[in-house]
Amino acid sequence: MLTIVIILLAVVAAVFGVLLGYSAIRFKVEGDPVVDKIDSILPQTQCGQCGYAGCRPYAEAIAKGEADINQCPPGGQTVIIELSELLGVEPKPLNAEHGEVKEAKTVVVIDEQLCIGCTLCIQACPVDAIVGAAKQMHTVIASECTGCNLCIPPCPVDCIYIVPVEQNINNWQWPAPDGGHAAPKKT
Amino acid sequence: MEPTHKPGHFHGGLRLNYHKELSNQNAIVAGKAQSRYVVPVQQHIGAPGEIIVETGQRVLKGQMLTRPKKLISAPVHAPVSGMIVDIGKHAVPHPSGMPADCIVIENDFQEEWVERTPVGDHYNQMNSHELRNIVRDAGIVGLGGAVFPAAIKQTETNIHTLIINGVECEPYITCDDRLMRERAREILSGADIIAHIIKARECVIAIEDNKPEAIAALQAAADEDGTGFFSVQSIPTIYPSGSEKQLITLLTGKEVPINGLPADIDVLCQNVGTAYAIHKAVYDDEPLISRIVTFTGKGIKQPQNLEVLIGTSIADCAAQCGGYSDDASCLIMGGPMMGYTLSSDQLPVVKACNCLLVTTSDEIHPANTEAHLPCIRCGRCVDVCPAKLLPQQIYWYASTHNFERATEYHLFDCIECGCCSYVCPSQIPLVQYYRSAKSEIWTLEAERKKSNHARERHEARERRLQQQKREREENLRKKREMLNKKKGEPAESEIDQKKAAIEAALARVKQKKESLSVAPKNVDHLSADQERQIKEADQRRRANGKESDE
Repeated sequence: MLTIVIILLAVVAAVFGVLLGYSAIRFKVEGDPVVDKIDSILPQTQCGQCGYAGCRPYAEAIAKGEADINQCPPGGQTVIIELSELLGVEPKPLNAEHGEVKEAKTVVVIDEQLCIGCTLCIQACPVDAIVGAAKQMHTVIASECTGCNLCIPPCPVDCIYIVPVEQNINNWQWPAPDGGHAAPKKT
Repeated sequence: MEPTHKPGHFHGGLRLNYHKELSNQNAIVAGKAQSRYVVPVQQHIGAPGEIIVETGQRVLKGQMLTRPKKLISAPVHAPVSGMIVDIGKHAVPHPSGMPADCIVIENDFQEEWVERTPVGDHYNQMNSHELRNIVRDAGIVGLGGAVFPAAIKQTETNIHTLIINGVECEPYITCDDRLMRERAREILSGADIIAHIIKARECVIAIEDNKPEAIAALQAAADEDGTGFFSVQSIPTIYPSGSEKQLITLLTGKEVPINGLPADIDVLCQNVGTAYAIHKAVYDDEPLISRIVTFTGKGIKQPQNLEVLIGTSIADCAAQCGGYSDDASCLIMGGPMMGYTLSSDQLPVVKACNCLLVTTSDEIHPANTEAHLPCIRCGRCVDVCPAKLLPQQIYWYASTHNFERATEYHLFDCIECGCCSYVCPSQIPLVQYYRSAKSEIWTLEAERKKSNHARERHEARERRLQQQKREREENLRKKREMLNKKKGEPAESEIDQKKAAIEAALARVKQKKESLSVAPKNVDHLSADQERQIKEADQRRRANGKESDE
């Protein structure tokens, strides 16, 4: 009787083993879905202020538990809250070591009078937002610039400036009324 | 809850004090010509057109100043003939108070028109596409206030019912009322053109029953037409029956689906002003360079309707209406329910400008932006909401920045009519919360799009750099091989090949030698005499060889 039970259990275990082994191959998920989710929350400025070489490496580090969720200055508190909701951890204030939250969105512009055409900024730009060629004037495509400021340190003639994104009637927002007894704001 | 799916009724709404008699007693007056016109480039919903004129250029009246670049766009035209003195940022009527691109024209008072080729009655033989192009090129947008390009709305054909909206449900505004009284025939003509474009089978002209003169005028025009195609429908005076979706429910009993268009239920709705503008575009080849504006309110001395050119300064128009009274306190563009206050009157009249309301402090209280009382969840806003939403719930989510939930509660179906704010006992500026939440959601959406775009570009760059690195390595390897070959140090594989070839050659030579070489014969056991003879022979051979060499 005991042998029958042992054999039966062994057979069941073998069947499940095969089944699990098959599904592990058949239903293999490419990439890490958690990394994708974290990456989709990050602002994609690719500025590297978090200490990683871009948003995706930072997302991978968070997923592995190597990095904290409060290292992204461009994302600010909004990103920290979204990450804490996704990962089920307590939100915390931004780690000041990595920089401060920007007041307004910015882009960079190249002073075309001063540019010597060294292409160093082009190599530094993580999103190919600068056009130009060696010994030719460079310029920033404002609509593609993420405001990461990575092009500023390599510039040998300091001809790149940070400017705030222009407010106009198309990107203007209706202000919220400052209601006295309005419901508390989600922080 | 009352059944809503029957004609003649929509949910909620309000009965208001209309104050229409202030401005609807006198006929429309043409605005006085001014010396300067400021024409904003973007006066419609959609993308601004591309400016096709330059500073210092003389333009003729009706000349196109911008050309639409994208599908949802509309051009603007010169309201007068004259010189373009500036193209740049100027103050425009907008709730933000921000400046926007404008084209400034100095009037030369010549009234010189561009060449015009009116289509006239000939439009009957034109197809929908050609007529739509006329509407588009004339820069015609919805003149009820939404300023959506009319030609885009008329893309769908085989629409059953064309509704011409003459409801004008907001208090104070009377520009459509006067237009219907005075130009009913032209409105019907415009309606007929729209009906021809969309191949409509019936046309209903809807007018609120507080405008009996307008109803009579249009009824007379419809009778004169005699085809029975037009029917004039008087509807009860309940705000906001002039809102497109509410009007459609009121007339047909059908509801426009969520995220849908009236075309989905076989209806197209256009304002009477739009129909009139289309008539002028087809019969006079006149683009939309003027509109009728109601100047009203107790803060203006002679309230009336002016037909003014687009770009005229509001201050000049106010002066023509006798100026402001001493206790004027607030200038509102649009009506008291949906309009917004303007900070200055040094702004141009735009296509969206149906009414300029100058109020006194006792007439309308300015929007309550200070502390309001808490929501007591009385539900009055639910009772009056014509879109059948739960305003208190949306307010709760909008004010706590819980936009996901606000959207689930159909924030985007809110028509911003202001009924909820009007009845709120706590005076919560509900609509302002909704507008703010909507624009914040749009901004977040735009940011998400931008960050996705940045991610794509970053990944593309990474891929490209990887690819370049691989290619460089490959090239380097090839180059190194080439160099080695030149130095005579062939690559290993080649060395192997060559070695094999050499060995094979050596073997061949060896074999050949063995087979061909003739070894000296009979050299064993020779006598001394024989050896001497051989030596002599060898010497002779050598000497002969030397001689022959010489």
